[in-house]
Amino acid sequence: MVADIGFGSLIITLIVSIYGIGAAVTGEVEKKKAYILSAQQAMRLVFPLLTISIISLLYLMVSDQFEVAYVSEVSSRSMPVYLKVTALWGGQAGSLLFWSWLLAGFTSAVTLRKWDRDQDLIPWVIAVSLATLAFFIVLNVFFENPFNRIWQTPGGFVTAFSRPSGGIQIFPSDGSGLNALLRHPGMIIHPPMQYLGFVSFTIPYAFAMASLIKGRTDDRWIRITRPWTLWAWLFLSMGLILGARWAYDVLGWGGYWGWDPVEIAALMPWLSGTAYLHAVLIQEKRGMFKQLTMVLIILTHNLVMIGTFLTRTGFLSSVHSFAQSTIGPIFLAFIALTLISSLGLLIYRWNTLKSRQEMTSFFSKEALIIIAVVLLLGMLVTSFWGVMFPKISELVTGQKVTVGPPFYERVAAPILGGLLIIMVICPLAVWSYASFKHLGRLLWKPFIVSLAGIALPLYAGMTLWPAVIAFWLVAFVMAVNANEFIRRTRIRRKDQKESWWSAFIKVFKRNRRAYSAMIIHIGVVMMALGIIGIEFFQSETQGTIPEGGSLNLASYTMVFEKLDVFDTPDARNVARAVVTVNKDGKVIDELNPRRDFYYDSGQPMTIPGVRSTLVDDFYVILVDWKVVSAEGATFKVYHNPLVKWLWIGAWVFILGVVVATWPDKKTKLVPANSRISVRT
Amino acid sequence: MKNQLKRSRWLFTSLILLIAILPGSAAAQGSDPTDDDVNAIAKQLYCPVCENIPLDACGTTACEQWRGIIRDKLSEGWTEEQIKTYFVDQYGDRVLAEPPRRGFNWLVYIVPLVIFAGGGVLLYRGFQQWRTVKPENNSRKVSKPSAKSDKPMDEYINRVEEELRKRSKG
Repeated sequence: MVADIGFGSLIITLIVSIYGIGAAVTGEVEKKKAYILSAQQAMRLVFPLLTISIISLLYLMVSDQFEVAYVSEVSSRSMPVYLKVTALWGGQAGSLLFWSWLLAGFTSAVTLRKWDRDQDLIPWVIAVSLATLAFFIVLNVFFENPFNRIWQTPGGFVTAFSRPSGGIQIFPSDGSGLNALLRHPGMIIHPPMQYLGFVSFTIPYAFAMASLIKGRTDDRWIRITRPWTLWAWLFLSMGLILGARWAYDVLGWGGYWGWDPVEIAALMPWLSGTAYLHAVLIQEKRGMFKQLTMVLIILTHNLVMIGTFLTRTGFLSSVHSFAQSTIGPIFLAFIALTLISSLGLLIYRWNTLKSRQEMTSFFSKEALIIIAVVLLLGMLVTSFWGVMFPKISELVTGQKVTVGPPFYERVAAPILGGLLIIMVICPLAVWSYASFKHLGRLLWKPFIVSLAGIALPLYAGMTLWPAVIAFWLVAFVMAVNANEFIRRTRIRRKDQKESWWSAFIKVFKRNRRAYSAMIIHIGVVMMALGIIGIEFFQSETQGTIPEGGSLNLASYTMVFEKLDVFDTPDARNVARAVVTVNKDGKVIDELNPRRDFYYDSGQPMTIPGVRSTLVDDFYVILVDWKVVSAEGATFKVYHNPLVKWLWIGAWVFILGVVVATWPDKKTKLVPANSRISVRT
Repeated sequence: MKNQLKRSRWLFTSLILLIAILPGSAAAQGSDPTDDDVNAIAKQLYCPVCENIPLDACGTTACEQWRGIIRDKLSEGWTEEQIKTYFVDQYGDRVLAEPPRRGFNWLVYIVPLVIFAGGGVLLYRGFQQWRTVKPENNSRKVSKPSAKSDKPMDEYINRVEEELRKRSKG
C-alpha cells in the first residue's frame, strides 16, 4: 500500500514535470500567460509530490518492510533508526530518488522568488529545470524503481513493481543491511551535501540557458543566481570536505584523499564551479568574459552529470561503487543531449556575448583571476584525462592501466602553488588598472612578515625545499590578508574617529563580499598547510606486537595494552584494542583503534584511534589480531604532521562562504514622488 | 701472456668474492623483512580486484596474500624492482600506480602538458592583444558614442542596472 502511494506519487510527478515543460514552452511560443502561470504551478507542485514518495520510502525502511527489494537491499532489523533513514541514499535507486527530491526542492523554491522584470526568463527556466528533473524521475520509474517488490517466478527471483506472470511475492524476514563503510556518522551528512551541491548547480544553469535562448546579453541571470551558485558551491565544498574526513576516519589508510575516480568525479564540477564563481566576478565588475562564464556554467552542470554517469553506471570502478546498474546508455544520451544543445545555443549566441571592455594591465584583478581560472581548468583537464585514460587505453590497446595518485599529485602540487601565489597578489590588486609599483608598495610589508615562513622551518631543521617554499607561500597569503584587514580598518578609524572594533565591523559590513573572499582564502591556505604537512612529512610503521609490546614512530611510542573482542546489540563483532601513546617516557593519551565486523552485511570496518593536535596526528589502525596467541596484534601507525589544519581551514572556508551567502538586508525603495504630509 | 694470466686470476678472484657476497647479502636482506619493508613496496602496487586501493591499505584476503608474496620474495632476496616486475608479468601494467612510460601510455603524460602549453600560449596571446588594444580603448572612451552601438534604450537599461548595482552593494 505505502509502496503504491510512493510509486504513484513518483509517476504523477513525472507527468506534472512533462506537463510543466509543455505548458511553459507553449505559453512562450503562443504568448499565452495563463500557460506559463500553469507551468509555474506545476513546478511548484513537484516538491510536495516527491516528498510523498520520499516519506513513503522512509516509512518502508523504518518499518522493516523487506518485501520491497530496495529496503531488503540496504536495511536490516538490527540497524538503528537513524541508519535506516540514511540508508535512503545507501543504494542506487534510493539515492536517485533522493537526488530528484532535492532537485525538486530547488526547482520549487525558484518559483517562489519575485520575478518582476525577469518575466521573459521564466518559461525557459521552468523548461530546463523540469527537463532535468524529469530525466532523473524517468531513471527511477523505468530503471531503478525503489518501490519494486521481490517475486519468485518459475525462472527465479525477480524484482518488479507489479506481479510478473506466475510470480509469488516474497516476504524476507530480514534485509542484507547497509554497506559497512556507510555506517559512519560522516556518511549521514556527506552524501546529502554532495548531492545538494550537484543539484543546486542546475538552477544557475537553467537561468544561463534561459538567458541564452532569449538572447539577453546582460548579467542579470548571474545576479539572480548568485546566491544559488554560492550555496551550490558551499554544498559541493562541504561534500568534498566531509568525504575527505570520512575517508580519514573510516577507510583506514591514514589519508584523506586517494585520487579515487569518484573523488575526482566530485572534484571536477567543484573545479569548474570555482572557476565559474571567479569568472563571474569579472563579468559583474567589468562586463568581460561573458562567453567564458557561459562555457563554465555549462561545463559545471555537465560535469555533475558526467561524474554521476562515470561512477553510478559502473563505467569506472572505485571504492564508491556501492551502486551500479544499467542506466548507462540513457544517462549518456541525456548528457550528450544537454551538452550538444547548450553548446549549440552558446555558439549561436557567441557573437552577441563579445565584451566591449578590454584588459588593460597584467596586474589588474581581472588578469590575475583569469590566470587562476586557467590553473583551475588545467587541473580539471588533467583530472578528466587521468580518469578517462584507463578506459581509453583499454579500448585502444586492450591493456588495462591504473592512473593513481602520483600522476595527479605531480600536477596538483604546482597548481596549488600557483594559486597560492595569486592569492598573495589578488587581494591587493585593483580592477582594470594596476601597476607593479602600486602592488609592490602594498606587498613589501607582508613580504617581510612572510619571511618568518621560511625562517621557522629552516630553524626547525627542514631541508625539503618544496615544503619550505610552500610554508613561505602560506605565510605570505596569511600576512597579505591580515594586513589588508588591518590597513582598511585603520583608514576607516582615522577618517571616522571610531574605535578599532566598530571600524572593523563597519569596514567588514560595507565590503562583505571582499572580506568573505578573504576569509575563504585564509581557509584555503590553512587547508594547504594541512595538505603540505601530510603530503611531505607523513611517516608510518607497521608491526605485530604482543601485549605490552611497543612501536616507535616520530617522537612517539605506542604501547599495546590489551585487546577485547565482543559482540554488540546492533549485531556487530568488535575487536577493540587499548593502546597508550607515550612521549618522553610519559603516557600522554589512550587510543582505541578497532575493527567492527557487521554480521548482516558480512563486511568489516576499520576505525582508527587518533590523537589529534595542532602539531600532528598520531593515527593507529588495528590491522590484524590473533585471539589465542602470544603474537598479539598487528598495528599500523601513521604520523601526520599538521593535518588538523586541513579540518580547521575547512571550517574557516565554510564560514567564509556562509558570510558571502548570507542574504543582504533589503533596502526599501521609496518612490520619489511619494506624498509627504505637510503640517499646515 | 703473463698479463693475461694475471687478469684472469683477478677476474676469478672477484667472481669468487661476488659469489661469496651475494647469498650473504640476500640472507641479510631476506632474513626478516619487516612489515614496513613489505608496505614500502605494497604502497606502489594496486591489485586488479580492489581497483584504486593501494595494496598496503587494502584489507581483502587477496591483498593479504599479495603482501605475503612480497614478503616471501623479499626474504628470498629479491629487489623492489624485481618484485614489481614479477607482479607486472603476472597481472599486467594495471598493478602499477602509474602507466609505465612507453608506447601508447606516453599519451597520459603528454596530453596534459600539451594542453597546459596550449593554455599558456592562448593566455599569453590574449594578454598581448588586450595590451595592444589599450590606447584604442582609451580613445574610444573620449569619442562620442556612435548611435549604432549605443541605442538610447541600452543606455537607459545600463543606467538602471548601474543604479540597482549601487543599491545592492548597500
